[in-house]
Amino acid sequence: MNINFEHKQAAHCENGVTSNLFKHYGLSLSEPMIFGIGSGLFFAYLPFLKVNHIPVTTFRPLPGLIFKRAAKRLGFEIKRKRFSNPDKAMLELDKKLEQGIPVGMLVGVYHLTYFPKPYRFHFNAHNLVVYGKEDGNYLISDPIMETPTSLTYKELRRVRYARGVFAPKGHMYWAEKLPEKINLNEAIVRGIVQTAKAMLTIPFPMFGIKGIRYLAGQVRKYPKKLGENMAAQYLGQIVRSQEEIGTGGAGFRFMFAAFLQESSGILKQQSLHDLAMEMTAIGDLWREFAVETARIVKKRSTLENPYDGVADLLLVIAEREKKVFQELRKIKNTNP
Amino acid sequence: MKKNEVPQDDANMLEGKFKEPCYALDENGKYTTVGSVGWEAKNIIMQDAWDEVGHRIEKVKQQVINGNLSPIAYYMEKNLMDVKILAAYMGLWRWTVKRHLKMKHFDKLSHVLLAKYAETFDIELTLLKNKELN
Repeated sequence: MNINFEHKQAAHCENGVTSNLFKHYGLSLSEPMIFGIGSGLFFAYLPFLKVNHIPVTTFRPLPGLIFKRAAKRLGFEIKRKRFSNPDKAMLELDKKLEQGIPVGMLVGVYHLTYFPKPYRFHFNAHNLVVYGKEDGNYLISDPIMETPTSLTYKELRRVRYARGVFAPKGHMYWAEKLPEKINLNEAIVRGIVQTAKAMLTIPFPMFGIKGIRYLAGQVRKYPKKLGENMAAQYLGQIVRSQEEIGTGGAGFRFMFAAFLQESSGILKQQSLHDLAMEMTAIGDLWREFAVETARIVKKRSTLENPYDGVADLLLVIAEREKKVFQELRKIKNTNP
Repeated sequence: MKKNEVPQDDANMLEGKFKEPCYALDENGKYTTVGSVGWEAKNIIMQDAWDEVGHRIEKVKQQVINGNLSPIAYYMEKNLMDVKILAAYMGLWRWTVKRHLKMKHFDKLSHVLLAKYAETFDIELTLLKNKELN
């Protein structure tokens, strides 16, 4: 059974799957649009959650949230299911495919055969769409790839049952009901306002702008607390999260700027265009942070106190992002 | 970032499998995507992380050859796993897996359990039993 499914590469897997699935149902939105409407920009530094012995820094909300929010704001009804039994998970997938429904799912990348080796670690929140079965192989639209690909039954089953943090447990999702009428302007505004609120108002020091400041404070202490080698590992991990496959660069800042720019045209609000340009400049600062970190890792930094240097840069970023989000929080839908 | 500033520093991190789309501004100040083969800053950091993994594997390897740890410890490290992940794949308690990392418990492991470890690591059973790791 083959479904006529149009594959398009995206920077970020969850945006890509969402965008490709919606497109299949006749709603064509760019990747930044999905990202923005789904409030995909975020920041959190979680010192108590360690992966590979290093604290987690994230530039995105929990896996699945972008899709969930975008679907809700655009009026799609989504069904999702997990299975304790892998055989049943595969059987249910086959049933959906036979009904002509493309199915999104969460998988682990460690055993994903077509993934480049340097990116294959135990990360379990990768999204892809299965859109058919041919000679026992599953046809896969993976947004990181330029073209569609395929997996054998065994391979797909294995990645659906990857273990570790965020184990997918066969998690799959599909569109159950399509929207009758879409209010794009409203969806955009709600996406923007929620992003701004998440960055400004979560009352814990690990999240949003506060989280960036908190990280800056921690980074300052790294060399003394951890020793030179481990400090470099910790710092490097921040950049790995910032620039891992799919961020579109600089911890999603450029993608978010693209979203603001596109929205400025749709909502006819010039201020959004200006904020997009400021967000671009902030993205460039994040890149500078990455470059300086790479120097530290290579022991080539020319700064007198390298860790203080990058911490100061983080504070500058926090201050500028704060201003942007304070403006964005006030955005209103002027022609509902 | 402008379109012509999108880095193209290839360190074979993507193994030529695809280019990574980056969002950047075109000549008219409008956002577009440009495929990138890599960025030096990121390549350095990724390479460093992999070097660190390599060191860890090498260290465990020596301990296995010296008889202090079991081959399971080596293949766990080689598969970028920790006890938590390995226990989840094996369907065992963490403390059970921890015991299996020691040579004296490894020697007493049942065929069934060893076969399951081998399957988890995607290797032949004979390879898993080889304490010289060659």
